[in-house]
Amino acid sequence: MSDSSDTEKAVAAHAGSGKDDSMEKQKAMTADHFRALTRAREEGKKVVYTFVPGNLTELMHAFDVLPVYPEINALQSAMRQRSAQFIGEAERSGHSEDVCTYVKCDLGMIKNGNIGPTGEKLPPPDLLLLSYTGCFTFMKWFELLRQEYDCPVVMLHTPYQSEGRVTDNMRQYMVDQLRNEVIPAFERLTGKTYDEDRLRECLRKSARAEDDMVAVLESAKHRPSPIDAYFGGVYYIGPMFTAFRGTDAAVDYYSTLRREIDARVAQGLGPITPEGEMGPERYRLVVEGPPNWTSFREFWRMFAEEGAVVVASSYTKVGGVYDLGFRHDPEHPLETLADYCLGCYTNRSLPQRIDLLEQYMNDYSADGLLINSVKSCNSFSAGQLLILRQIEARTGLAGGFIETDLVDPRYFSAANVKNRIESYLQMIDQKRQQRRQSLGGSGGSPPPPGSTPLFSPGAEGQP
Amino acid sequence: MSTSESEVKVIVERCEALYHDVDLQAVVDWKARTGRAAIGFLPIYVPREIIDAAGMLPVGMRGGGDQIEIIRGDAYFQSYICQIPRSTIELGLTGRLDALDGVLFPSICDVIRNLSGMWQLLFPEKYARYLDVPQNFDSAVGGVFYRRELEGLRDDLEKLGGRPIDADALRASIVRYNANRQALERLMTLRREAPWTAPADESYLVIRAGDLLPVDEHTQLIDDYVAAAQRAHAEGARPMRDRTPVVISGAFCEQPPLPLIRTLERAGCYVVWDDMTLGARWLTADVSTEGDPLLALSEAFLHHSTPTASVYEPGAHKGQPLCDQVRRCGAEGVIFAAPSFCDPALLDQPMLQRALDRAGIPWTAFKYAENLGQFQVIREQAGTFADSIRLWSEQGTEQASEQRSERRHEQGKALESSRGNGERPGATSEQGSDHA
Amino acid sequence: MSGTLKVHVGVDLGSTTTKAVVLDTSGEILGRGITNSRSNYALASEIAREEARVSARFALLDRALAADDLLATDADRFRNRLLTLFRQRQHVTQLGRLREVSLAEAHADRVKHIRDGLLGRLRDIFDALERDANAPSIETMLASEKRSSDFFRDRAGSAFSRLAEASGASCSGAGGSSVCGEGKRTHVTFDDLMGIFDKAIIQVENTPIDLTFEGNIRDALDACTHGLPEALRERFRRAVDTVVGRSIEEVRTVGTGYGRQTLPFDRRDVRSEILCHGLGAHRQFPTTRTVLDIGGQDTKAIQVDGSGIVTSFQMNDRCAAGCGRYLGYIADEMSLGVHELGPLAMKSTRRVKISSTCTVFAGAELRDRLSLGDRREDILAGLHRAIILRAMALLARSGGIEETFTFTGGVANNAAAVKALRQLVQENYGERTLNISPGSIYTGALGAALFAQRGEDDEARPGQEVAA
Repeated sequence: MSDSSDTEKAVAAHAGSGKDDSMEKQKAMTADHFRALTRAREEGKKVVYTFVPGNLTELMHAFDVLPVYPEINALQSAMRQRSAQFIGEAERSGHSEDVCTYVKCDLGMIKNGNIGPTGEKLPPPDLLLLSYTGCFTFMKWFELLRQEYDCPVVMLHTPYQSEGRVTDNMRQYMVDQLRNEVIPAFERLTGKTYDEDRLRECLRKSARAEDDMVAVLESAKHRPSPIDAYFGGVYYIGPMFTAFRGTDAAVDYYSTLRREIDARVAQGLGPITPEGEMGPERYRLVVEGPPNWTSFREFWRMFAEEGAVVVASSYTKVGGVYDLGFRHDPEHPLETLADYCLGCYTNRSLPQRIDLLEQYMNDYSADGLLINSVKSCNSFSAGQLLILRQIEARTGLAGGFIETDLVDPRYFSAANVKNRIESYLQMIDQKRQQRRQSLGGSGGSPPPPGSTPLFSPGAEGQP
Repeated sequence: MSTSESEVKVIVERCEALYHDVDLQAVVDWKARTGRAAIGFLPIYVPREIIDAAGMLPVGMRGGGDQIEIIRGDAYFQSYICQIPRSTIELGLTGRLDALDGVLFPSICDVIRNLSGMWQLLFPEKYARYLDVPQNFDSAVGGVFYRRELEGLRDDLEKLGGRPIDADALRASIVRYNANRQALERLMTLRREAPWTAPADESYLVIRAGDLLPVDEHTQLIDDYVAAAQRAHAEGARPMRDRTPVVISGAFCEQPPLPLIRTLERAGCYVVWDDMTLGARWLTADVSTEGDPLLALSEAFLHHSTPTASVYEPGAHKGQPLCDQVRRCGAEGVIFAAPSFCDPALLDQPMLQRALDRAGIPWTAFKYAENLGQFQVIREQAGTFADSIRLWSEQGTEQASEQRSERRHEQGKALESSRGNGERPGATSEQGSDHA
Repeated sequence: MSGTLKVHVGVDLGSTTTKAVVLDTSGEILGRGITNSRSNYALASEIAREEARVSARFALLDRALAADDLLATDADRFRNRLLTLFRQRQHVTQLGRLREVSLAEAHADRVKHIRDGLLGRLRDIFDALERDANAPSIETMLASEKRSSDFFRDRAGSAFSRLAEASGASCSGAGGSSVCGEGKRTHVTFDDLMGIFDKAIIQVENTPIDLTFEGNIRDALDACTHGLPEALRERFRRAVDTVVGRSIEEVRTVGTGYGRQTLPFDRRDVRSEILCHGLGAHRQFPTTRTVLDIGGQDTKAIQVDGSGIVTSFQMNDRCAAGCGRYLGYIADEMSLGVHELGPLAMKSTRRVKISSTCTVFAGAELRDRLSLGDRREDILAGLHRAIILRAMALLARSGGIEETFTFTGGVANNAAAVKALRQLVQENYGERTLNISPGSIYTGALGAALFAQRGEDDEARPGQEVAA
């Protein structure tokens, strides 16, 4: 989910670790990938469009095909301020203003020559891999794309974890689909035979990178948190959630990133923001819901200016909830792909989501839960007001609610959003102050920056 | 009024009372009579045979329509989410669903999916189950999965009812629902062939009565209605009028309010097919009564479902089934009527419209909410649409006029006499269909 | 009564009006001021504050008069008359400025072809306006009693347009724009005059004018005590002088409201309007636990604890459905004034069900209903209920309605809205005490002033010391 914007440069400048490092690597990886896409035709590589949640990246690598993720294209169009035009064109051609703007942005981009984030035309798909995980709209999206491209579609239906668990029936259904539908489709596409050893090798690399990524996300348990696990988090999950899981490049990226973050922890540093080093950490928040991409930087600034750090977020789990322990398992290649798809955040039942957010509130010593409810995404949004109430009741902490959209600037009212964020943070202040007064103490503000971490970096075997 | 016309009236009034029964008094009474449980289900389709075989009453839940005010329900949903989950929660929180011992949430969209989890939290003492349906239609893949899901549902209902559901009971229920589907098909045939005999609002109410009635009773009701309506027509009531036969698409979940359905016909349309009551008519063939009944239900779903937006369309023939439907029932246009913010319907629409355009079938589109209170705009739109089709076919292309004359032929001789007798307002706009 | 009076000030910069409240050290409300928000937020804020200062000075004058045995006997009548004359002075000052600017505008090239006519007509109109302002006729006095707005823009605007229309009709014979070519036309139309007014009033509103107590009170006092014995006049003069001489120190000012980001305040002196409304409502009705605020742009449902601290809140999304603005659209659609809607709806005998609170569809639904033969008052009753239904949803989201519930914001002055609210609260929550303060429009500013007063206490905002 990288982008060649100022934001990236700022985040890239992880202080104290030089400017080589993780973000440069991510940039290079992304550039390589798009270069490969541009040359796909001449090099005889097949291109597969697919979605982020429940993606089969390792299997794609095993077949040596190149993935394209339309959601990523849409959010990048938004960051480049193109989405309003694209959405407008899609709506003029008959798409309802009520529906998901990712879809409309993507369709508008196709109408405008399908120019990718690097300014070059993206190759059309040779196959649409419809991984229908946690989002109904995906299904419609690829039905729509099928009308644009003359190419086969293969459906991988991930059943919903409605009872809060993965049953054998669900897993078996997934494995059957992989074996009977998806793998044969890849074999037909590439003319290659399914090579399970190659898949295992990729899965092994995935698991290594996943360990490091979890360590990075969990670094936010420190006080101050060295990362912003939402705005910064979307950069950290980029390689893992897209084309790079299961590659050496990703393994290298995540070990580098982890070293950088460990260094920040050791120095007691907070997150880097687009405006540079963030000021003192005043609020620790858990955020539910995707970010807004059209005003991503402005949105982040509204938090950063107030000293609000996001210590955990559900959005960084849409491509896998790794911090609950899941790792890709080379010993059970198809079952592990099934479990991966089944476990993605939006494929979890509402009670599961609430449990997870509550756990984050506790594990990350958060001051409150803030929900960014996006108009486009009913998979996330339907039920968020109940989530809010449940978390407030369970934790006794303040809940906040803001409403925006993914990529439609018409649904980002900066004044409204800022008002709600400020009110929310001031409400947290008031509550704290009251607690202090009721405790009879003065000066009971939260620990100053750089004070005792919740767990020592040394505990994890770091110097 | 003819005797038969009064009979029709009595039947329709009974159905209308059931339609307005948002407190589920009919279910309360049934439970008091039988001492058995009732299981609610949201649109679109659930295999009611399993509930019936458990000795329970399947109850179709269609939101609150235009009959209730939403206060608590709105507290749970943002403004960009459709109406039916709000009214369903409102009904639940105000105790109007207390008669239900459980609720099934079929896989229809992300909102209803998430509602299943909300239900688990809001009504922890009640049984709630999300019913996933396969989007893979291979018997050996999706079929195996779905049969096991049905097994799970059967096991749950056995537990809930405290008695086993054996294969014979399931087969007996399948027989009952096959009969119901056949009766529905008779009604749909009548609408197709002589829509003036079974107007859209009446047919709708008669089918909707099946949401609350035990299946056999409902089957009888449908047959009674069809017979009485046909007699009434023969006795001179219910004359044919010059209206444009149309198909309604997109209304499979949240329902348009009854006045909207009436508005469409009054504006000059005959609704000869619709997806408003799709769940009851979901399967297009009898379910096999041989062998494993759960397998039979699963196979029926895989291979005999009516295509709709909530189910994946595996071929590259998106929209073809709708075009076929239009031809089959002799319709001359399609009205897309979808609830505001309905993801499946609204995302599907452009694809369906494209297919219709290719087939030269005119269409128009509007959105509604179940509690809509204004129909003027829709009346004008539907009236203009119906008129433009008439105009177009009168002047128009060979194909269309051929179709139309074919249809006139079918409809028989009474056309002339009905001219000028129509109820539709004098919408004289020359505006063509939207696709033009 | 000497020395410096320390006060705390709260300013609420709303989307339509800006309010200020001045508190004395004991926490009593000393003064309140209101003005229309304009493109220049800083100035609007300054004018509201000045108004509040004026009203604070008058409160001090009340105290001074009460302390004087002789003057105390007829203090109220004197004070009210003085206030009227003071307002008149302010009005005349502003009119003078408006005349200057209008005449300057009439020299613009744009209106060169009608300059002479325009200048003549403007002079006539301003002469009449000033005559009325200085020696109000019975009619103007009555009109000012009933006037719906205190703002100079509105008062001057309606008087100006009345005069422009009256004289314009005899001249051009048509109120609208002329059909003949601009270059050839020499007569002055109503639109020409209003065009000048619109340009001028913006300039007048956006440049500071001396409207202070100190600057205008002496003239007003002279007029007020004209004809009284000199000794008594002197005694009044001394009372006023002590008030003028009293120095008021604004210890701290806290800003809030829609435009608070643009207020010329330090970040530390800005508070969210949600917190301010919570605290303000708590101050007005200390047992309040739930606050509903329906303003022009947004609706807020707020829960507060026993000390007025917000525990949760919800507000409308970017859609303004169900806010005051919606009533504005309805009023336009029905060609009524916003303030006429409530009273008309109260006459309803049979409420019509309205499903849409969408401002975009409101007009269509309204016309549909009218065409079906529904009565205006019944439709309006339905509309008011629809608005309150939206608010009920936000209230439910924020945690429901607790015993002792306060309704604030402009819509709280609408009787039909209040009636619908009472009804729906009763139906859904049972008996609840519903409070509406006559000063409900000042709730946010009051809360801000209370935050200002908390002062040092409030400094405990974490990390603040580092941020400075």
